[in-house]
Amino acid sequence: METFNPAELPELLNLYYRRLFPYAQYYRWLNYGGVTKNYFQHREFSFTLKDDIYIRYQSFNNQSDLEKEMQKMNPYKIDIGAVYSHRPNQHNTVKLGAFQAQEKELVFDIDMTDYDDVRRCCSSADICSKCWTLMTMAIHIIDRALKGKYWQCLKDFGFKHRLWVYSGRRGVHCWVCDESVRKLSSAVRSGIVEYLSLVKGGQDVKKKVHLSEKIHPFVRKSINIIKKYFEDYALVDQDILENKESWDKILPLVPENILSQDHFHKLQQNFHRYHNSLQRWEYLKKAISSQDNTKNDKCGPWLEWEIMLQYCFPRLDINVSKGINHLLKSPFSVHPKTGRISVPIDLQKVDQFDPFTVPTISSICRELDTISTNEGKEKNEAESDIKHRTRDYKKTSLAPYIKVFEQFLENLDKSRKGELLKKSGKTILF
Amino acid sequence: MQFSGGNRKRLRLGGDQRNASYPHSLQFYLEPPSENISLIEFESLAIDRVKLLKTVENLGVSHVKGTEQYQSKLEAEIRRLKFSFRENVENEYERRRRDHISHFILRLAYCQSEDLRRWFIQQEMDLLRFRFSILPKDKIQSFLKDSHLQFEAISDEEKNLRVHEIIASSPSSNVSKFELDVESVYKIPFADALDLFRGRKVYLEDGFAYVPLKDIVAIVLNEFRAKLSKALALTARSLPAVQSDERLQPLLNHLSHSYTGQDYSTQGNAGKISLDQIDSLSTKSFPPCMRQLHKALRENHHLRHGGRMQYGLFLKGIGLTLEQALQFWKQEFIRGKMDPDKFDKGYSYNIRHSFGKEGKRTDYTPFSCMKIILTNPPGQGDYHGCPFRHSDPELLKQKLQSYKISPEGISQILDLVKGTHYQVACQKYFEMTHNVDDCGFSLSHPNQFFFESQRILTGSKDIRKESIQPEVPQPRPSVQKTKDASSALASLNSSLEMDMEGLEDYFSE
Repeated sequence: METFNPAELPELLNLYYRRLFPYAQYYRWLNYGGVTKNYFQHREFSFTLKDDIYIRYQSFNNQSDLEKEMQKMNPYKIDIGAVYSHRPNQHNTVKLGAFQAQEKELVFDIDMTDYDDVRRCCSSADICSKCWTLMTMAIHIIDRALKGKYWQCLKDFGFKHRLWVYSGRRGVHCWVCDESVRKLSSAVRSGIVEYLSLVKGGQDVKKKVHLSEKIHPFVRKSINIIKKYFEDYALVDQDILENKESWDKILPLVPENILSQDHFHKLQQNFHRYHNSLQRWEYLKKAISSQDNTKNDKCGPWLEWEIMLQYCFPRLDINVSKGINHLLKSPFSVHPKTGRISVPIDLQKVDQFDPFTVPTISSICRELDTISTNEGKEKNEAESDIKHRTRDYKKTSLAPYIKVFEQFLENLDKSRKGELLKKSGKTILF
Repeated sequence: MQFSGGNRKRLRLGGDQRNASYPHSLQFYLEPPSENISLIEFESLAIDRVKLLKTVENLGVSHVKGTEQYQSKLEAEIRRLKFSFRENVENEYERRRRDHISHFILRLAYCQSEDLRRWFIQQEMDLLRFRFSILPKDKIQSFLKDSHLQFEAISDEEKNLRVHEIIASSPSSNVSKFELDVESVYKIPFADALDLFRGRKVYLEDGFAYVPLKDIVAIVLNEFRAKLSKALALTARSLPAVQSDERLQPLLNHLSHSYTGQDYSTQGNAGKISLDQIDSLSTKSFPPCMRQLHKALRENHHLRHGGRMQYGLFLKGIGLTLEQALQFWKQEFIRGKMDPDKFDKGYSYNIRHSFGKEGKRTDYTPFSCMKIILTNPPGQGDYHGCPFRHSDPELLKQKLQSYKISPEGISQILDLVKGTHYQVACQKYFEMTHNVDDCGFSLSHPNQFFFESQRILTGSKDIRKESIQPEVPQPRPSVQKTKDASSALASLNSSLEMDMEGLEDYFSE
């Protein structure tokens, strides 16, 4: 993979926006079949330009308008906002109070920095293959809860159209695009995030997960997902019981009434006798369940689950999800620091997704150059720009990701046709 | 509704007709009243309901809702103010009528701003929750029907498919398989069951919530909140017509100010604090929530959004000007190796926004204790919130020790925290750090803490903002020596009494 040099961005972006950005598919998405009048025209975009110049309330008339503007301005970053009551680029002409955000996809942002207290390999903006599993688990857990009827396992919310996207550096985003979901109020969005939250508390709270006696089906199913990954992720890769420094972070999660001081000391001493986290974890599990407590004191599996959840359960940023007017990084936007493209994640292959193999803008531009020189003069100069572009990205490493996006768009189309048929079906009867 | 001069006019209904107009002790207030009443009754109904809602608010802070104590105290207050609350009581007509009319009067007063609406809706919801909770089971169905709530009960087959999941999801510990067999389970679109699903208290499948009869109260409240919210928005639009009635305008204005007391938004002493005083002020006069935010800011040279809002608005409330605020935050963030230009682009806009100089130009008010305790709990990397509410008792203890509070004081504070009396715990902290037996006020706002502290430390009597609002906390005529939690609570209640008296005096001119 080419090393990415941020100084080259202006040139690279120029090429990217002229030859590679998938405008047709992008417009197909945000236009949502043109069912609602002016849906695309009332959508807010924001651009971050060179030198950190940030401009909000951008909006466009149609696909070609969008293309022209993006090619002209060469944005370093693109964010997508809400669909408003009026064209965002005319919001200053609207009477005060009348310009309102009306609809937006339900979005989730899972950021690796929020796990700094439980990952030992990296911190802040860094990620590695050892901690990326946190994102894999998060996608499985959240997506299962959001899922719709087309998959056979039990699903909570029944949302059909979910697009998961790699953010470009240290996390993932999810865009839920069902028609009814785009209309949800801020209160309901907050409620959904609360439903999906288990890890609570900031610096001042050591034990962040408290399970009640009754385990809600959502929690139970999430624990089952984590169990599949826990050994490899936590006990091997993260090695959370590797040494005194690391197990001193876990032992405070055991409440005082479960282990007496004596037992506690014995536990710590015995840890030294074992050789690795796997063994210590088995030992710890036995130690906390061999007390004779009733369920009210939460011995046994509850405590084990609470520790697993604190180390592995997804942490969502509620502020990103609850605001209808919140702006979030657009899919296929470039990350200005890493150069990586924000690509869709194939839900059939979540476990295989590796952020370090995601194409960077320099690598795909390089690929494009190579192809062009190879194909040389074979091209007919009169061919339209669009056809050119359609073939261009297909020859780069961007292709498979655009395919995932197209599948997502197919499903949206299918749903829309189904809805229209239902509605027209009804009128035929009467 | 018509208002007549001084005379009392009242519709006289016959016995049966009376019962028909108010079939239940509680209602959704779907229909406005349509009779004539005197101005005197208009005023007294309004005052009584404000008293009731204030009691609801205070009981909600000092007791866990639904406990014996909470319920009996609330019932006593409702009874005292002659409002309705219980079914199967004879001669309830008058109480129900008072309840009905007073609710609609308060809508006029409380529809005018976001904060007022939020407060009004919260208290009315708590009141409805209480009344619903004491409704006999056989009355629930008829109440639901009369309130036009469309809840679809599922078939037994559908119930049986999901019985384990439903039991595992329901918070009511006594929903057993037996009861599920007998009682209805309702299938409701998940968005209509917000209060249940947000706390994972209901089973969700495919976008529907499966709610057993026992848990239906949350749904009822959700419906109520949605309807009332809409109604208040509509009321606000027709308000100008009402306000043009000179008899009503002063009353309505006064009512809507009477609950909030001071909001510390505009200060007479803006610019009286200098930036180099802040470090020492933070240990001497800041409440623990702000002290901790200041410390975190100094140590990390950064604060996340929640912390910047809570602390930034507090600083505005103690008198920092916009220029000072910009300088303060910028200096600190630059120490954290932030680029000055990045600060200007990213953060200064938000600071100017919170002073009302950008965007909507709302002059945001500093957060009250209720707001800090009840909304936006801190997560990983956050330092905002209320330490008494959001910290582990163990870590809170360590923090208090580092602040040099005596062990005796610490244990009293921890007891209060255990009893969820967070603001009283903060008052205790005030007493310990200022060496007084009785702080002399009922804490509801961090800026109030600061003012009271400065009052004592500088001996100055004119820092308090000029106000005609009777709820401004007054020093009590006799200083009691309160050394334990229960008397601290008693003083909280008696100051409420005093504030209410002030309100009545206003009207008896």
